[in-house]
Amino acid sequence: MKFNKLSKAVVGGVALSAMLAGAAFADPAVIYDLGGKFDKSFNEAAYNGAVRWKEETGGNFLELELQNDAQREQALRRFASQGANPIVMAGFMWTAALEAVAPEFPDTNFVVIDTVVDQPNVQSIMFDEHTGSFLVGALAAMKSETGNVGFVGGMDVPLIHRFYCGYAYGARAVNPDIELQEAYTGTTPAAWNDPVTAGELAKAQMDAGADIVFAAAGGSGLGVLQAMADAGKYSIGVDSNQNHLHPGSVLTSMLKRVDNAVYTAFVEAGDDATFKPGRIDLGLADEGVGYALDENNADLITDEMQTEVEELKAGVIDGSIEVHDYYTDNACPL
Amino acid sequence: MTLAVILSTLDATIRLSTPLLLACLAGLYSERSGVFDIGLEGKMLAAAFAAAAVAAVSGSMWLGLAAGMTVSLGTALLQGLAAITLKGNQLIAGVAINMLAAGLTTFLGQTWFRQGGRTPALGPGERFEPVTLPLARELSGVPILGPIYADLVSGHYVLVYIAFIMVPVTAYVLYRTRFGLRVRAVGENPKAVDTAGISVTLMRYQAVIITGLLCGIAGAYFSIAQGSGFGNNMTAGKGYIALAALIFAKWKPVPAMFTCLLFGFLDALQIRLQSARLPVIGEVPVQAIQALPYVLTVVLLAGFIGKAVGPKAGGVAYTKER
Repeated sequence: MKFNKLSKAVVGGVALSAMLAGAAFADPAVIYDLGGKFDKSFNEAAYNGAVRWKEETGGNFLELELQNDAQREQALRRFASQGANPIVMAGFMWTAALEAVAPEFPDTNFVVIDTVVDQPNVQSIMFDEHTGSFLVGALAAMKSETGNVGFVGGMDVPLIHRFYCGYAYGARAVNPDIELQEAYTGTTPAAWNDPVTAGELAKAQMDAGADIVFAAAGGSGLGVLQAMADAGKYSIGVDSNQNHLHPGSVLTSMLKRVDNAVYTAFVEAGDDATFKPGRIDLGLADEGVGYALDENNADLITDEMQTEVEELKAGVIDGSIEVHDYYTDNACPL
Repeated sequence: MTLAVILSTLDATIRLSTPLLLACLAGLYSERSGVFDIGLEGKMLAAAFAAAAVAAVSGSMWLGLAAGMTVSLGTALLQGLAAITLKGNQLIAGVAINMLAAGLTTFLGQTWFRQGGRTPALGPGERFEPVTLPLARELSGVPILGPIYADLVSGHYVLVYIAFIMVPVTAYVLYRTRFGLRVRAVGENPKAVDTAGISVTLMRYQAVIITGLLCGIAGAYFSIAQGSGFGNNMTAGKGYIALAALIFAKWKPVPAMFTCLLFGFLDALQIRLQSARLPVIGEVPVQAIQALPYVLTVVLLAGFIGKAVGPKAGGVAYTKER
């Protein structure tokens, strides 16, 4: 009798876990990169996209915040073997892990943002960071009174140089004599989450004459925004719209619509009929990147500035203005 | 190099060396009493989190500071309990504190605030603002001395001044008071102190309590003065650098200040050299510049300091003869 009960419980448990596994099937998953889900920037944009999908469809999604680099492959395998589909990854450091794991799960669709992985079941989404940064660089040069603008990057990697290069081109397009300062928070992934060092870099750039600093540094950028607000000067946010963090001090934000990318991936990539493997580039024309204008910075951007930056935007879209892409030659010739 | 550039570098030096100095002095009390403390990092981290969390919830930076000091004190007493009363290995007790603080702060932060371990950004009144010393504006017109006073001496957080005042205070306490004599004695020869009828355990606990309070100020400096809110692991190894500075300074308060200023200066220089082009070499890779403080630390430690001998009874729990 006792044994009977026990075995029933065991059978029930197995059945329950099987049901749970079945329920998890085809739930989309998103994995955030180092820097944390609530970095008010890149990862938070990914999160916002996932939440929008959840609110609109009522569906459920799986998520994971990476704690260190070593978890990448393990996290992918775990989600893939749980049956999650599609699995969306935000971050350029996924290349090696995804190249190893994608062939092991040919029936799972993967979407990776910010890097290119050439596999039949992987969609790679790239953003034209350089053209978006070009526009905020132009706005910075229009707003600067000292003729000196700064840039604080996160980790010193080509992706962040691409931001800087676009920014520098934009500033020079408006004011050919403008002085530019460039600094990086660090050389390890810890640089995405070090607001104190990033704030010190911003202070050093202010001491050297900068009155506007663009932070392309994930969670570290919060330190830059704070330092500029404390000093009564202007900053430029990145990825998410960060204008609301310090209204009146954040001049604008270089938008990178990671939220849209995640949302679209959740809608389309789960079904093989709508999944489009290969590389997709999102730029100014399809609103993948841009600059943020809302009630928090409406007083900072004058109508003339807006007109001028819209002209530049049109020029970049129709090709009459060329913005150097750092990825093409790993250099930023100014 | 203009005066303005030099001043801005020195200004940053003071900002960056303050937490090191506080932690270094904190470690000095504990280690002089014979309790090795590699848990400085953990105590600062716990204090940084408590200060930011309480400041964000209560809206008061002073409550935040008090919370930071209280939590750091509690952590120090926990470490003391393990290392003094229970006679555990002092190094392991310190490591345990570091690991506990790293995990617990993130966990509690995520549970309470749901921002990935971060605490909410602090507004005015919730964090320390730089204070302008009297006459700084008026005197800034005076050549050379004016800007030095206005930019370098004035305009820091109040915690910075506390840190630098603690240096002569510590020197006085350590070398001119009965308490200081006993702390030093208990670190060198606890048996003699015990024979004189003074409780070794009590002396060590008193020293560890001071360590806890100073670490609390250092931690609060990270999250509610220099930064505006707590971020995961925001002390970023500064506790270990403070420990290196303590050894470098041979466990003496005034040299400790200069060592911390040197480390702070190297950090400030590193930040300023990043986008600068040096003569002859041209633009130096970021990696090389960021390694500079560490390379110089190794060179200085290996080449200049000579033999650093710690308190003789350090690292050993005291047991009365039975």
